Amino acid sequence: MTRKYHVAATVNGDEYEYLCEPQQTLLDALRDELMLTGTKEGCATGDCGACTVMVDGAMICACLMLAVEADGKKIETIEGMAQGEDLHPLQRNFLELNGLQCGICTPGILIAAKVLLDRNPDPTETEVRYWLAGNLCRCTGYDKIIRSVLAAAREMRGA
Amino acid sequence: MSTILDKSGFNPDRKLKIVGTSPVKHDGIDKVTGRAKFGADLFLPGMLVGKILRSPHPHANIRSIDATAAEALPGVKAVVTRADFPELPQGSAAGDMSRNAMAREKALYDGHPVAAVAATSESIAKQALKLIRIDYEVLPHVIDPVEAMKPDAPILHDHIRTKGVKDAADRKTNVVERLELKMGDVEAGFAQADAIVEHEYDTMPMHQGYIEPQGCVATCTEDGQVELWCCTQGPWVFRDRLTEILKIESSKIRVTQSELGGGFGGKTGFYAEPVAILLARKAKRPVKIVLTRGEVFRGTGPVSGTRSRIRMGVTRDGKFTAADAELIFQTGAFTGSMFFNAPQAMFTRYDLKNVKTVSHEVVSNRPKVNSFRAPCVPQVVFGVEGVVNELAQKIGMDPIDLRIRNAATEGYKTIYGETFGPIGFLETLIAAKNCEHYKSPVPKGQGRGVATGFWFNRGGETTGTLNIATDGSVTIILGTTDVAGSRISISMMAAEELGIPVDKVRAVMADTHALGWNRITAGSRTTYSSGMVIIDSARKAIAELCRRAALIWGVPEDGVVFEDGHCRPASSNVGEFPPLSIADIAGKTTLTLGAIAGHSEMNVTGAGPGFGVHIVDVEVDQDLGRVDIKRYTVVEDAGKAIHRLQVEGQYQGGAVQGIGWALNEEYVYGEDGRLQNPSFLDYRMPVASDVPMIDTEIVEVPNPRHPYGLRGVGEVPVTPTMAAIANAIGAVIGVRPRSLPMSPPKLLKLIEEARGAR
Amino acid sequence: MHSLKYEAPSALGDAIALLAQASGTSRILAGGTDVIVQIETDLIEPELVVDIKKIPDLRGIAVENGAFRVGAAVTGMELMDHQAFCKAWPGVVDGVKLIGSMQIKGRATMGGNLCNASPAADSVPALIAAGAIVRIAGPNGAREVAVEHIPAGPGRTSLAKGEIIVSFAFPPRPPRTGDAYLRMTPRTEMDIAVVGVGVNIALDADGVCTAARVALGAVAPTALLVEEAGAALIGSRLDAPALDRLAQAAAAACRPIDDKRGTREYRVKVAGVLARRAALLALERARQNI
Repeated sequence: MTRKYHVAATVNGDEYEYLCEPQQTLLDALRDELMLTGTKEGCATGDCGACTVMVDGAMICACLMLAVEADGKKIETIEGMAQGEDLHPLQRNFLELNGLQCGICTPGILIAAKVLLDRNPDPTETEVRYWLAGNLCRCTGYDKIIRSVLAAAREMRGA
Repeated sequence: MSTILDKSGFNPDRKLKIVGTSPVKHDGIDKVTGRAKFGADLFLPGMLVGKILRSPHPHANIRSIDATAAEALPGVKAVVTRADFPELPQGSAAGDMSRNAMAREKALYDGHPVAAVAATSESIAKQALKLIRIDYEVLPHVIDPVEAMKPDAPILHDHIRTKGVKDAADRKTNVVERLELKMGDVEAGFAQADAIVEHEYDTMPMHQGYIEPQGCVATCTEDGQVELWCCTQGPWVFRDRLTEILKIESSKIRVTQSELGGGFGGKTGFYAEPVAILLARKAKRPVKIVLTRGEVFRGTGPVSGTRSRIRMGVTRDGKFTAADAELIFQTGAFTGSMFFNAPQAMFTRYDLKNVKTVSHEVVSNRPKVNSFRAPCVPQVVFGVEGVVNELAQKIGMDPIDLRIRNAATEGYKTIYGETFGPIGFLETLIAAKNCEHYKSPVPKGQGRGVATGFWFNRGGETTGTLNIATDGSVTIILGTTDVAGSRISISMMAAEELGIPVDKVRAVMADTHALGWNRITAGSRTTYSSGMVIIDSARKAIAELCRRAALIWGVPEDGVVFEDGHCRPASSNVGEFPPLSIADIAGKTTLTLGAIAGHSEMNVTGAGPGFGVHIVDVEVDQDLGRVDIKRYTVVEDAGKAIHRLQVEGQYQGGAVQGIGWALNEEYVYGEDGRLQNPSFLDYRMPVASDVPMIDTEIVEVPNPRHPYGLRGVGEVPVTPTMAAIANAIGAVIGVRPRSLPMSPPKLLKLIEEARGAR
Repeated sequence: MHSLKYEAPSALGDAIALLAQASGTSRILAGGTDVIVQIETDLIEPELVVDIKKIPDLRGIAVENGAFRVGAAVTGMELMDHQAFCKAWPGVVDGVKLIGSMQIKGRATMGGNLCNASPAADSVPALIAAGAIVRIAGPNGAREVAVEHIPAGPGRTSLAKGEIIVSFAFPPRPPRTGDAYLRMTPRTEMDIAVVGVGVNIALDADGVCTAARVALGAVAPTALLVEEAGAALIGSRLDAPALDRLAQAAAAACRPIDDKRGTREYRVKVAGVLARRAALLALERARQNI
C-alpha cells in the first residue's frame, strides 16, 4: 500500500481535506478526490492550459503541481468564479459573444483571462493573445475568445 | 402523402423571428461554470481505473501473453487480452474494428493495444501493466505509403487483395483498393488546352487535435446489461459496433453521450470503450478509462497523409478543359480512410466535363486513420488550388475571375452522379471578389493567396422527438451529438415553428435506449438533419394542437390554423373564438387526451452542397522560413445561417485548424517506426498569439429543400485553407510550396532554391 | 510499487542532508514544470523528491553592492514582475519570458531551467552571456561557479550529490551595457527553441564595443559560451563586417543534431541569423541604458 499524504487546503473559499499518493498531481486531487471536475485534463504536461487554476494568487497548470504541495494553500478553480447566481463578466461575455463551442478549454481560459484582467484591466488584443498562448483551443480559432475577453475588460472598466 | 423531404415549405419571403439571430446557447451556462460533464467527468461508486498496455513495436507477431503476475497483484480486479474478444474473421469490418481495439495476431503500430487491466488505483493499474509478459516476434515495418506499395514491402495483412483492379494477381499486397472515377475524355480535353499545369504534392498525417482525450465509464451487471458513458460522435453507431464485436445484444447496451470536448471526426470510432466494457464485465465493477494525451496521439486515428499528382488544362480565355489526378492515401493499419471523398470532391465546384482520377488506399504501420473535417479532401485541394492559381498566372487572369469563369451552377452533373440544385459557388466567389480584404491592396512585403473548396454536406438517418409539457414549454430529444452548438440552432428552429421564444425550448441529448437510431455527427449533417426531424416533429405536434383546438371549439379540423404560437379559427365563418396558445391547449387537454408530441425518423436528404473562398495575406521571414498570418477572410455559403455567431465560429475554427495543418502539424516517426512527437509540445497546433482575427462573410443562397434554407457549414471551412496559405507564401517567396506542412526548415530550403534559381 | 517520498524542508541544511543521504534516484522540486512531467510520464522514477520552495535562501530578489542576486527558486512570473531587474537585464528576462506559457512561468524557476539541463533551455544562453555566477551549497560547503559550467550534457549537470543551487549572482550593470535573447521557434509561443542566442555587450562613450559575451542554445549537447563570437564584436561598432564575423563564428560553433524540432543544416543557418539580430537588439538597449 503506497503511503498517502494528508492535505488540508482552501478551495474556492471552502476548507477541504484529502489523502493523496505522492506522485498524484493537484489536477488529480481536484478531480478524483474532491470531484471538482470543472478543471480539465487535456495533456497533463503543461502544454494546453485546460487545467489552469490559481494557487495562492499565482496562475498555474494544476497538472504541474503535486497534490501534496497544496497543503495550507488557497486554491481557486472555475467552480468559484461565479458569485452565487451572478456570473463573472467574463462568463457572461463568453456566453453572449459565443466565445465557446465545445467548452472543454473554457474553464482554463476563463481563469487565465480573469488573472489577466485583474493585473491589467486594459489589455490590447496582442497582450490578450500572448497571455492566453498557454491555453489551446481547437474549435473557435481564438477569434471570439479574444473578443469576449476584450468586451469583458471594457465592461469591467465601466467603459 | 408528401413529407417534409418532398415539400419543405421553404418560403424566401417568410419573416423569421428567431432563426438568423444569435441567442445565448442553452448548454453555455454549464460550460462557463465547469458544471458540464465530459467523458472523464463521471464517477460511480466502486469505480476502477482501467489502463491499456500498448505495443512498443510498429509491427510484430504476438506469440503469447502471460498476465498471471498482473492478475495476482493486490488491487487488480480484471485483466483483458485478445482471448476475451470474440473471434471475428480477419479482413471483415467487424474483424478490423475488433483488432484495432485490441491486437489479435499482430501488433500493427507503435501504440496498438495488446492488453488491459482494471485496478483500484491508477498507480496499481500502471504497476500491473508492467507485470504483463508479451512475447513479440518483431517484424520489419513500413511507414511511408509509397514504400508500402513496393513489391518487397513488409505485408501487414495476408488477406488483402487490391479491390478495383481487374484480374488482380493473387499476391499479398498493402494496397487495399484502387478507385478510378472519370467522366468525359481527358485526353481530348488536354489537347484543347492552351496552358497545362501539372505538379506532385505530398502531405504528412496530422491529428484532429481535440483538447479532450477520450474518456469512458463502463458498467456491466450480472445479467449482462451494459451501460457505457463516453464521449462520442455517434452513440447508436457505437452501440451497433459494440454489438458486432462483443456479441452483446443492442438492447442490452445503453450508450450515453457525455458532452464532447471536440471531435472533428476523430470520435466517430471507438478506442478504449470495448476494453472498458470487457473489464467491467470481468470485474463486476464500473471501469473508467481515460486516455492520456500520449495515447491519443499514438493510439487514436490520425488524418491521412497523401501523395498526389494533379494536372489541369485551360484555354487562353480561361475555360478549364480537363483535369486528372493520381492520388495515394495512407489509411494506417486498417482500411477506412474514406479516401473516395477526395476524387469526388477535389474538382467539384468547377464546370469540368473531362475528369479522370485514380486513387489508391494503402495500409502501413501507423494507427488506423479516422476522419477529420472533409476526410481526405483538404489534402488534395491543397494541390488543386495551387494548380488553378498557376493556371491563372499563366494566362494572366485574376485568380477569382478564373474561378468565376468556371464556376459550376445549378444543373451541373458531378462526377459522383448528383446533379446540383441551386448552389452558391458563384455568389460566394463574387462576394469574395467584392469583399474589403480582396479589394484592399496587398501590404508591402506580404503576399496574398486565394483558394476555394467544396463539401457535399450529408443528410442521413436521423430520429428526433418534440414533447410539449402541460404548461406549454417544449423539450426536444436529439440523437446527434452536439459538437459545437447545434443544439441551440435546432432549438431555434423548433421555437420558430412553434412561434414561441427560444427560451421555452430545451434540448436533451438522448442515450441509445431513449430514441431511435441516429447516424454519426459528421458530414456537416447535424444541424441540417436533426433540424429537419425536429421541424417535422414540430409540424406533427402542431397538427395535433389544431385537432384539439377544433375539439375544444367544436369545429371541423380544417377550420383551425396555427400562427404565431396560437391556434385560430381559419376565418370568421368558422366562428369567433379567441386564439388558444400552446400552453392553453396543453393545459386543457393533456390530462384527458394525453401528451402532445411529434416524432420523426427519416433518412434525411436534400442537404445542399457548401462552397467557400478563403483569402489570406502572409508575411515570410525569409531568413528563418517563418510564416506570419497577417489577415484572413473566410467567405462561405451557409444557405441560411440559423445562429449567426455559431456559423462564424465554424468558419473561424476551420480556418485556424487549416493554419496549423498548413504550417506545422505533422506526425514525426523515427527509423524505428515509433512516434516521436506524441505531445502538444511537439505536435504544434496554433496558439492564440499565432493567428489574427478571422474575418467572415456569410453568403446565403438558400437550399430550398430545407424549410429555412440551411446548408451544413462544418467542413467546407477547412478545405481551402492550406491551399490559400501556400498560394500566399508562393506570392512572397516566388515558389509555391508543394509539401505539407510548410514548416520553417522546409520553407527556408525552398527560399534558398528560389534565390539560387534567380 | 512506486515508493516516492516527498519532503519539504524549511532549512537549507536539511535539504542538503536529505539529498546527500538519499539512496536511489532523488530530485529537487522547485516549479516542477520538468520534474513532474518526467515523473508522470515514467521517464524517471525517483524515490525522493525534495521540495525546496520553503527555504528562504532560495527565494527573493536582492541588490547587493549594486548587483542583483536572484534566488534559484524565484518563479519566472516573479522575475518578470520585478521592474528593476527587467530594466537591468532585459535579455535574461527575454529568455525567462519564453519558458512555456504564463501558467508555466507561475511555477518555473531559473534554477530548474538550468538544472534540467535541456540544451534548449531558454534562460541559459542569456544567463551565460550575462556572466551570471551560481552559488551552490552542498555537503562539502558552499562554492561559486560560472553558470556555463553547470550543464554537463543533455539532462546532466556538474553538481555533486547533495548540492543545491541557491542563487544566481549577476555582475553590476554599468551604463551603456545591454543584453538580449532571441530564439527561433515555429510558433510564437509554447515551443522548445530550435536555436537560442544570448548576447550581452558593453560600449564605451564613443559607442565602441568594449566587452561582449555570446552564448548559443539548442545547437550542442549543452548551451555554449562562444568566445570567438564575442571577440568578433569587441572593438567594433557592431557594423556590418563585425556582424558578419559574429554570424560566422556563431555558425561555426554549432554542433547540432537532426531531431523533430529542426535539422542540423537549418540550425546552423539560423544561429548566424539570430546572432546578428540579438546583437542589434543588445546594441539598441546598450545605447538606451545611459
